Amino acid sequence: MIYVIQTLVDAVSVGAVYALSALGIGLLFGVMRLVNFAQGEFVTIGIYTLMLTVGLWFPLAAILTVLVVVLLALLADRLAFKPVRDADPATMLITSFALSYLLQNVLVLIFGARPIGFNIIPELGLPVMIGEIRIPRLNILTICVAVGLLTGIALFLRRTRIGIEMRAAAVDFRMARLLGIKGDRVIAVAFALTGVLSAVVAVLFAAQTGTAAPTYGLQLALVGFVATVIGGMGSLVGAVFGGMIVGVVTVCLQALLPPELRVFREAFVYAVVIAILVLRPDGLFQGVGSRERV
Amino acid sequence: MMDAVRLTARDVGVSFGGLVALAGIDLDVGAGEIVGLIGSNGAGKSTMVNVLSGFQKPSRGTVFLGDVSLAGMPPHRISRAGIVRTFQSVRLFRDLTVAENVAAAVAVLGKGAPDVTELLALMGISDLKEKPAGSLSYAHQRRLAIARALGLRPRFLLLDEPAAGMTPGEVEELDRTLVALRDQTGLGLLLVEHNMTLVMSVCERLVVMDGGRVIARGTPDLIGQDPLVRQAYLGPGRERARP
Repeated sequence: MIYVIQTLVDAVSVGAVYALSALGIGLLFGVMRLVNFAQGEFVTIGIYTLMLTVGLWFPLAAILTVLVVVLLALLADRLAFKPVRDADPATMLITSFALSYLLQNVLVLIFGARPIGFNIIPELGLPVMIGEIRIPRLNILTICVAVGLLTGIALFLRRTRIGIEMRAAAVDFRMARLLGIKGDRVIAVAFALTGVLSAVVAVLFAAQTGTAAPTYGLQLALVGFVATVIGGMGSLVGAVFGGMIVGVVTVCLQALLPPELRVFREAFVYAVVIAILVLRPDGLFQGVGSRERV
Repeated sequence: MMDAVRLTARDVGVSFGGLVALAGIDLDVGAGEIVGLIGSNGAGKSTMVNVLSGFQKPSRGTVFLGDVSLAGMPPHRISRAGIVRTFQSVRLFRDLTVAENVAAAVAVLGKGAPDVTELLALMGISDLKEKPAGSLSYAHQRRLAIARALGLRPRFLLLDEPAAGMTPGEVEELDRTLVALRDQTGLGLLLVEHNMTLVMSVCERLVVMDGGRVIARGTPDLIGQDPLVRQAYLGPGRERARP
């Protein structure tokens, strides 16, 4: 029983990171119909920023990481995506791949391709004992940060003027612009939120792995993309649930599969993904991306 | 509050390649006036609304709001100038609540913007404000589209087939609502509509189009008796819905 509870806490912790990653992808897809694979590099650059600021007071390092990644996201919007905003979705997708590979290779040039180890707060690895259950502090921190951030973003989208404008633009961008909603501002805020989410994912991921490598972010972006597809393209709630499902399934399979099959864990995860999509081709929550446009 | 400004179109023409969609249309709507734009399918009514709202650039002619030319203005600037339209396909923000749909429009104006609750009350959908827009009946969706358009505090509202798909009872309600709306706000309304019961009841003036041209203008009484209109649109046996 103790093992089951510990595994579940692990699963929720990993799922929370994936959910944040998926939410970033879902937010931009909702507003722009853009699957931004360069979001992976936003995470990676966040991890390297954190690595470079090791030694600083941790909250300051975390704030610096958020600022750097938000700035990067806004620059990506302005320099890479704005010029192709009116182009077809395939052009924007290719732009996102191009930006992703460009940033990745810049990181390889600066830091090399090999993972670099660093340790943010060693104490996070220590467990908290609840009865006989050992829960790493990092898992508790991850879950709390994810819940706080998701709640904050939900409140932002529902209670603030710009949040309502973003949701309106996600449903019908042209209509939103016709009403006078400023498209540039809505998109910039979506990129900034993606930057915040990517930075938080970077901090949590770096705390979990203790290493930085140029390809880490891309893996997270791919998982985030898969999660948004499972959840239903364009549905933010779906993206969060999708991320949680991928995380929970991944950790549970790691715990339940016989040792000789664990190397095939990813194959089993994607088998579950395929099964979900066979049963629900539009995802668990039908998002605006899967609806017929009027 | 009544506004002396008029919405005027002068000699508006639109051609798509060799096809003439509008051939020199003159049209004007005054504040507090309800003008009907009628005609058979393909007559050019929707194209005219597209020109007035900036969605279609005219090949010739100009639209004026008072003395100000709207030539070259994009749709969102025209809506900010005070000319707001609704669409045949309602185009609501389906995932947002009824109140949020109107709030999205109202928020753009900032200070001095209309009150969301009042707009919903005006359109008779206050009790639905927390429902997702996508879950509303067709008639309520159309009312919400008008409430959202009112959120931009328009001086002129262009309604493209607001009664499409409504039951006779719902059309009667819409009839009362439009008149109340005009009386309370002093809005100028241009009504593009096939439902002749509604058109004949609420409009003070009618403009009848056929083949991209205006074939008649006048009061509903005069238009109802015009032989050219009866032949082209109303049909020889068609009677006025309301004397």
